[in-house]
Amino acid sequence: MIEIKELTKRFGKKNVVDNVSINIKPGTITSFIGPNGAGKSTLLSMVSRFLDSDTGEVLLDQSNVKKWKSNAFAKRVSILKQSNFLNVRLTVRELISFGRYPYSKGRLTAEDETFVDQAIGYMNLHDMEDQLIDELSGGQKQRAFIAMVIAQDTEYILLDEPLASLDMKHSVQIMKTLRKLVNELGKTVVIVLHDINFASVYSDRIVALKDGELVKNGPTNDIINPQTLSEIYEMDIPVQEQNGCRICVYFNAHAN
Amino acid sequence: MRLWILIIITMILSVISLFLGAIDIRFSDLLDLDSDELKIFLISRVPRLLAIIMAGAGMSIAGLIMQSLSRNKFVSPTTAGTLDAARLGIMISMLFITNVTYTQQVIFSFVFSLAGTFLFIQILDRIQFKDVIFVPLIGIMYGNILNSITVFFGYEADILQNLQSWFMGSFTLIVAGRYELLYISIPAVLLAYIYANKFTVAGMGEDFAKNLGMSYKVVLNLGLILVAVISTSVVLTVGVIPFLGLIVPNIVSIFKGDNIRKTIPLTMVTGAAFLLICDIIGRTIVHPYEIPVNVTVAVIGSAIFLILLFRGRAYAKKS
Repeated sequence: MIEIKELTKRFGKKNVVDNVSINIKPGTITSFIGPNGAGKSTLLSMVSRFLDSDTGEVLLDQSNVKKWKSNAFAKRVSILKQSNFLNVRLTVRELISFGRYPYSKGRLTAEDETFVDQAIGYMNLHDMEDQLIDELSGGQKQRAFIAMVIAQDTEYILLDEPLASLDMKHSVQIMKTLRKLVNELGKTVVIVLHDINFASVYSDRIVALKDGELVKNGPTNDIINPQTLSEIYEMDIPVQEQNGCRICVYFNAHAN
Repeated sequence: MRLWILIIITMILSVISLFLGAIDIRFSDLLDLDSDELKIFLISRVPRLLAIIMAGAGMSIAGLIMQSLSRNKFVSPTTAGTLDAARLGIMISMLFITNVTYTQQVIFSFVFSLAGTFLFIQILDRIQFKDVIFVPLIGIMYGNILNSITVFFGYEADILQNLQSWFMGSFTLIVAGRYELLYISIPAVLLAYIYANKFTVAGMGEDFAKNLGMSYKVVLNLGLILVAVISTSVVLTVGVIPFLGLIVPNIVSIFKGDNIRKTIPLTMVTGAAFLLICDIIGRTIVHPYEIPVNVTVAVIGSAIFLILLFRGRAYAKKS
């Protein structure tokens, strides 16, 4: 289990993340939502050890993530950042194979190849596994990256705005895949999302942040209601029920 | 192009190189153990060929490593101040140590090229504007600044003439006893091959490397050390050969991608073949005299570089 305890990060005088404590429930999709500058990505970066916190700690299996050996940590937690634009000409299969790096250091065993094949199958990338990633569209590229993370076979998968620059069709595809990863493979997904409706429809739990502080943390239905949303976004956001999903209709909402 | 075809081409070029020169050597002359021809062959022709192959392969690998670590297709020992820093090191060693020994020169040159490249990577880290063309431009300016320091103090101390031979890459003076330093580039290239996967991962960025549990800084430093070792050995024996580390890895990358483990053998052989061709041209067109190899490389290389720039700006950007 990942436990975030009283975590604070300062940039200059500003507390970008301010005394946040959350437990990530295993086997769920947890979405981080909130307005711009809420500290969502910073929080995720600290969980994944990309950034050091100023105070507080992140625990993975009761021990501080900073104390984990890099290689052991890479077998438990993987992260995809929004800045993962690649300027390297690798084939899709080569990229996915690098997901096995923590296990094999690049010399793939038969077992590694099996994981790579599974990941390719899971993301439906058979027909493009020999293409260079710089020739793929944004959506295909994102799928290749997620396949790499699947091959990495970590219990925790952290994603920083994976839907950025994707169209609707590909966004839905990616979210459905994440759901499958949780339901079928028992993974735990933590995801920073900008689109509140994707968070509402696909996540089990939502962590709402604002100005670095935790506003609310709970099951999706506890967050997606007009009262809580207005607290987070300072807008009146009507919520409609649609085939059992709660959809926020904020496009012509009145800002407070 | 297939690796084995390139190896055969390189072998043919090697034979041409061995039998090309002011003095005509026939194969039958080599069978006579007391002939002058055999002596020339062993003292001059063979060392020259070995030097060309090691310098060509080494500089190409150095360029490949630098392009991967800086994530920029146009960064190479020529466009990042590495060679200029190595030369500055030689000048400093001559300036401060009277009767400087070869070993001392090697050490100074190595330390300076390592520090110089490291400084360039640090500068890159701090600038926000990372246009594919802008970065090597900074590198060239940076190299020129180092160069002007070398020339200024070299001129003041009246040692500019002694420095001249390192400014100009040439195989003319390569004979047995004057090229052996190049052998240290062989273990460096081997290490590059062993750690090829690490360089590929590092080439995808620090975040990417961290996610896979790799220590980015260690790989970065290892890469810079390898580049400095290779550059030093080439500058001190052959002199500066421009463009080689820039063009060869790029040509291979266009056709074979960036999986370094796969491209290293091809890059080495292409580099050796390219330098052999340039040297053969330089030795043929004004026969029996020679044009220094840095001139032929610069002429052919800058033409290819321009083609890469125009045709390849799109390639370098997206790739």
